[in-house]
Amino acid sequence: MSDVAERVKKIVIEHLGVEPEKVVEGANFIEDLGADSLDTVELVMAFEEEFGVEIPDDAAETIVTVGDAVKFLSKSA
Amino acid sequence: MFDLTGKKALVTGATGGLGGAIARVLHAQGASVALSGTRVEALDALAAELGERVAVTPCNLSDKDSVEALVPAAEEKLGGLDILVNNAGVTRDNLFMRLKDEDWDSVIAVNLTAAFRLSRAAVKTMMRRRHGRIISIGSIVGVTGNPGQGNYAASKAGLIGMSKALAAEVASRNITVNVVAPGFIESPMTQALNEKQREGILSDVPMGRLGAGADVAAAVAYLASDEAAYVTGQTLHVNGGMTMI
Repeated sequence: MSDVAERVKKIVIEHLGVEPEKVVEGANFIEDLGADSLDTVELVMAFEEEFGVEIPDDAAETIVTVGDAVKFLSKSA
Repeated sequence: MFDLTGKKALVTGATGGLGGAIARVLHAQGASVALSGTRVEALDALAAELGERVAVTPCNLSDKDSVEALVPAAEEKLGGLDILVNNAGVTRDNLFMRLKDEDWDSVIAVNLTAAFRLSRAAVKTMMRRRHGRIISIGSIVGVTGNPGQGNYAASKAGLIGMSKALAAEVASRNITVNVVAPGFIESPMTQALNEKQREGILSDVPMGRLGAGADVAAAVAYLASDEAAYVTGQTLHVNGGMTMI
């Protein structure tokens, strides 16, 4: 697992309080990990802070799975 | 009841009569309080009076950068933030036809836009802590209107709508967002009224007296407390029965 993926996973586990084994690449934040819309905003803010990037709203909307976040942050970080 | 020991509060406009009363009551209930305002000397004097558990965080609410820096500064000095009181307000009264764009813009900037920016910053840290209280000081005129105060009434009505929207968004995180709406309160502004004006006002107040800063501050302390956990999106009117809504 890449460094970015590890950091993303850590943030997701911390923020959503989910079992680490559930945080797989294809896991959907809302459907699989029980996030609500506020959680997804919090996750995006946490990613921004961790990776020192700004994630515009239209990009944030496309980040729905753990894999989406890793892909986006690998490109921009 | 209404014990605020260990809670960290930021009060804007703390050099004003009302802001000072709010800061004193929150502090007396045990909270650590960050005092914000533009007049540093007055802030320092109030801080000296309160003694411990107090920080001074000056801020010019007309200035965007100054506003953005306030919540982080208060958080740093207090070690967190549980309670935000958007108290600071200005008036630039004039009859509507004579109301200049600058009168409109400056009142909206301080009374509404600064409250928006501070609330946005505060809610971020409150979300993480899964607890928070945002209390904005509105005004009866935000609900009833008042001649000569088109800008002020709009800003205060704006606070009510903003608070309801935010309350709905963050209720699941144990953050409550409410408005305290004073009626006529003893202040330098009401002291400037002549006897006839004063009588005219009092005839509209069933309680037969102007409110004191402490009357409003007590309402703020209640909404800031754990006991008010189930009260959100509300406007608590403190007006001696002047308007019953």
